[in-house]
Amino acid sequence: MKPPPFDYHAPVSVAEAVEVLAEAGAHGKVLAGGQSLIPMLNMRLAAPAHLVDINRVAGLGEISAGPDGVRVGALARHSQVERSPDACGTLPLLRQALKLVAHPVIRNRGTVVGSLVHADPSAELPAVLALLGGSVRLASRGGEREVAAADFFTGPLESATRPGELAVSAFFPAWPGGTAFVEVARRHGDFAMAGVAAAVRLDDDLRVAEARVACISVGPAPVVVDLTAACGNRPVASMDWRAVVSAVQERIEPEADIHATAEYRRHLTGVLVERAVRAAADA
Amino acid sequence: MHDITLVVNGVPREVRVPARRLLSDCLRHDLGLTGTHVGCEHGVCGACTVLLDGEPIRSCLTFAVTVSGREITTVEGLGADGPSPVQRAFAECHGLQCGFCTPGFLCTTTAFLRDNPAPTDEEVLEGISGNLCRCTGYQNIIKSVHRAAELLAEESS
Ligand SMILES: Cc1cc2nc3c(=O)[nH]c(=O)nc-3n(C[C@H](O)[C@H](O)[C@H](O)COP(=O)(O)OP(=O)(O)OC[C@H]3O[C@@H](n4cnc5c(N)ncnc54)[C@H](O)[C@@H]3O)c2cc1C
Ligand code: FES
Ligand code: FES
Repeated sequence: MKPPPFDYHAPVSVAEAVEVLAEAGAHGKVLAGGQSLIPMLNMRLAAPAHLVDINRVAGLGEISAGPDGVRVGALARHSQVERSPDACGTLPLLRQALKLVAHPVIRNRGTVVGSLVHADPSAELPAVLALLGGSVRLASRGGEREVAAADFFTGPLESATRPGELAVSAFFPAWPGGTAFVEVARRHGDFAMAGVAAAVRLDDDLRVAEARVACISVGPAPVVVDLTAACGNRPVASMDWRAVVSAVQERIEPEADIHATAEYRRHLTGVLVERAVRAAADA
Repeated sequence: MHDITLVVNGVPREVRVPARRLLSDCLRHDLGLTGTHVGCEHGVCGACTVLLDGEPIRSCLTFAVTVSGREITTVEGLGADGPSPVQRAFAECHGLQCGFCTPGFLCTTTAFLRDNPAPTDEEVLEGISGNLCRCTGYQNIIKSVHRAAELLAEESS
């Protein structure tokens, strides 16, 4: 099907964009890569009166990496971040996650920040931001605010972004250890039935000093679980995996849909937690 | 309505469209370039893939107004005089049957081989994983991509 009609705005600066968004209020929507919004328009699941296309806004395409982490501007495409040696050198988890996001052609248009604002509970990048305790910077006519990941993902397809706000960038903190992202999807490139991002830090004796996971497709938002206690400061080779897995399974709330039953998602998540923690400890 | 200019296959084309006009429909209906096919209109099948400044994108998930002023290459523009090496490889290896998916595969493959001129089997699979074909069973498409890599290498040597 075709998108419903809307008034189109193409601001060229952040100041102009937030002005237009303030005027449009609850009737306005930002268009970034369009890889989630345009399918929803084509299927008539969304019908905003005003579309604010930010593709011509100057200064939003930056990707900057430093020892603390990586800041990604609102117009940085998935593929640009995936190919950035600086960003992925600082944070290999970005590339590990982005390889699982849709297909290369979709990644040429879709943006990292757009994926965060879209807040699909099956999406990989919200899990990465939540796992690392990152944040999103939101601009509006009144100024800027930085929202922590824990407060940003408020429900399925719901983020803390208010009408009139433009997400200008996101910050992904560096992790002083290994990471991994594993998932199971029906077809390569599809949204995952279950997926787990893991961040693990080993001490000098190769025992697990710190471990966390973020699980997707098993709750209204990414489910972050600190596994440091469940890992019991043991080396990976003598881990009590049953304890680790049940610490996660207690926290997730999978639901059934046409792709998988709740029980199957719970099972998959358990299997993937072990795989992800092992891979992150090896990385 | 919006007056926009798209540089399609090297030729600047001026066109007046509503903001909601998808790039796929602009190419097909407004510019008469029906080589770009439309299957699903939600990004899944890849039939509508065209090149935007050389990079493959879904034309069904792009508004024409967003890309005003930019260069678009469609299947009609892949070969300068006669079919391009990628097109010849698909013909030679029977990489198509009904041909519905073919424009998308050709655009995707053209950009893929430019970035990776000698891909492994696995890289080819990943490269074309976002394009669906209901006819061929893919094996001949994979052969076509490898054959296209050979033809391109011969041509540039
Ligand atoms: C076939 C297909 C498969 C896919 N598979 C996956 C997958 O496996 N995993 C995955 O994570 N994603 C997947 N996606 C979605 C893809 O990653 C999108 O690119 C991403 O979710 C949204 O980014 P976008 O820039 O395209 O945003 P848009 O589509 O432009 O916007 C999405 C939403 O976010 C809002 N928004 C976007 N940017 C901003 C901003 N800067 N400020 C305020 N609001 C903003 C928009 O208003 C809209 O509500 C898939 C898409 C397709 C078509
Ligand atoms: S028509 Fe665009 S991806 Fe199917
Ligand atoms: S040749 Fe018929 S869909 Fe691919």
